[in-house]
Formats: sequence, structure tokens, C-alpha cells
Amino acid sequence: MEKNKIKLLWDIFFTFFKISPVSFGGGYAMIPLLERAVTVKKKWVEEKDIADVLVMAQTVPGSIAVNTATFIGYRIAGLFGAIAGTIGIVTPTFLIIVALAALFLSFQHNPIVEAAFMGIRPAIVALIAYAAITIGKTAIFNTVTGIIAGVALILFLFVPVHPIFILIAGGVIGILLNRKRVTSKHVAKQGADQHG
Amino acid sequence: MYWNLFVSFLKIGFISFGGGYAMIPVIEYEVRAHQWLSTQEFTDVVAIAGMSPGPIATNSAVFVGYKVGGMLGAAISAVAVSLPSLLIVVLLSLFMYKMKKRNFMDDAFYGLRPVITGLIAYAAIHFAMQNDMIGTSKLLGFEWIGILFVIAGLGLLLFTKINPVMVILLSGVMGVVIYY
Repeated sequence: MEKNKIKLLWDIFFTFFKISPVSFGGGYAMIPLLERAVTVKKKWVEEKDIADVLVMAQTVPGSIAVNTATFIGYRIAGLFGAIAGTIGIVTPTFLIIVALAALFLSFQHNPIVEAAFMGIRPAIVALIAYAAITIGKTAIFNTVTGIIAGVALILFLFVPVHPIFILIAGGVIGILLNRKRVTSKHVAKQGADQHG
Repeated sequence: MYWNLFVSFLKIGFISFGGGYAMIPVIEYEVRAHQWLSTQEFTDVVAIAGMSPGPIATNSAVFVGYKVGGMLGAAISAVAVSLPSLLIVVLLSLFMYKMKKRNFMDDAFYGLRPVITGLIAYAAIHFAMQNDMIGTSKLLGFEWIGILFVIAGLGLLLFTKINPVMVILLSGVMGVVIYY
């Protein structure tokens, strides 16, 4: 591999490496930093294109921050760029979570830590409920989507099937409904826009 | 065991639409199916994952991998959960400009998003039950404090611009004050 290419790959790696550890509060917290780094600082992506990149990063499975790094890496340096971007953004958080995991596992039976986690567990329930409300606001915008969400919840609660199948069914139903009612296309689009 | 970790998180990597909390119940399902952790232990994993920087689903995967198989387990989980999106992003980039006009993912999301909403709502109920906050025979006692914590946390998140990490830290401090 030529020298310039390797330098570029390092540059991709370090740019995303630096953003990653400051993103407390989930992948979405990284987005503004990521945006600044690749448009203003590095000029890898034009500002008018960044929205498209983010929409695409959100559409494919996986974390939006990691996908953005992968996609931008790919755009500027092909497959190796994609890999450099992915490893760059994953490595710092990987090391931090492993360190925290080790720390937690050795102190989890300490009475103070146990007491703290008695308080934290309900907070996790609150965070998950909050996530449901947030996504529900964009996902449920008419009767059909309301029914789908309700039926899904009942299935998840009472039918012992792998959740992956219910998710896939949701995607398939979405496609089928839109095939049938082309006129309602703009409604789905509107939902997608709100989310992005 | 390493192979199981790899396959489980690869599966999760392929289906992790909706980001963040949507994948928590799916990971929990795998974790329970393999008897790697109890739901309560997994709740603590989610707590640590939520406090750390980075995507909560990836963080949870890494923590589960670490607990099950040490450093190697953590590395395998991280690779497995990231690999599918890497492949899909690269493949999609190749076809990106052709696909832009007729994006059938928009159609899929019409059904997928409500299902994800149901999934996360289920996760909240399931975690509350598994952590003895609802559905236990005890009606008075600790679980009411738990419910109060949930309501307080949810209120803060909904009506203030508080960072979720602060909610976790605050409730940890409150936990020490009340239970220690």
C-alpha cells in the first residue's frame, strides 16, 4: 500500500478515535462532534451532504455514530477506510467499557456499590421507558402504526419467540402496507423525516 | 462458548435497527437463552453501559462478552456486533446513488418503528418485573421505593434537559442514601 494511503488511513482512524471517548450518553451524543470533525475540520464531507450521510447511517442496522464513521471512511478511502473508521470509533469506548466492567465485577459485592445499584436499576427502567416514549412519538402517527405497536408489545410480552422474528415481521408489514397503499407513501416519509 | 458469543452478537448486529435501547431486550433474550447472566445482572450491565461513552448496545455486548469470556470474549463480541453494519454500509455505499430514489427501507421503517416502540416498552416492563419492582407478592416495601425512582427518573428525563448519565449517577447517590 502506498505511503499516502496509509497516512490517510491513520488520519481517519485518529479522527474518529478522538471523538469517541467524549460521547457520554449514547451514540447520538457523538453526532454533533462527528459532524464538526468531518465537515469543518477535515473537510471530508460537504456540509450539505452530511444530512444524507446521517440518514443513511440511521437506516442501516447498528449505532448511528459507528455507521457514520464507517460510511465516511469508505467514501474517502474505500474498504480500508471503512475499516479504519470503524476501528477508530469503536476502540476507545471498547477499552473504557472493559475497564469499567472489570472494576464493577470486582466491587459489585461492596455494600455501598450494592446500595447504589439498588437505586440505579429503577433509573435504567426509567431510561428505557423514556426511550420508548421518544421513539413512540415519531413511530406512532396514525391508527395503523398504533395498532402495530400495540400488537408488537403484546407479542413481546406473551409469545416466547425470538424478538428478531417480530422485528423482521414489522419490517415486512411496513413494506407490504406501503405497496398496497401507494397514496399513503408520503405519510411514511413524513415519519422518517421526523425521526431524522 | 466464544463461538456462541460470536453468533449471538452477529445476529444482533444484523438486526439492530432503531439504535440504542431497542437492542437491549434482544441482547437480554440471547443472554438469558444461553444462561450467561440473570436479568438483574444484565440490568447492572446496562447501567454500566449507559454510563460509559459510546453506543449503549455495543457497550452492553462488550460487557456481556467480558463477563462470559474475559478480554477475548469482549473483543469477539465487539467484532461480532460491529461486523454486520460494516458490511452493510460498504455494500450500500456501492449502490447508494441508485438506491436513493426508491428507498424501500422507508417502507420497512413504517412497520419497523412501531414494532421497535413496542419492543422498548416491553423491555421497560420486563426489566421492572425482573428487578422486583412490579409483579411481586410484596406490595409494601422496597419495590415502592423502586417505582418512585422510576417515576422520578422518567419525570427528569421528560421535563428537563438532563443528561441520561446524570440520571444514573443521581439515582446511584440516592440509592446509597436510602439503602446503605
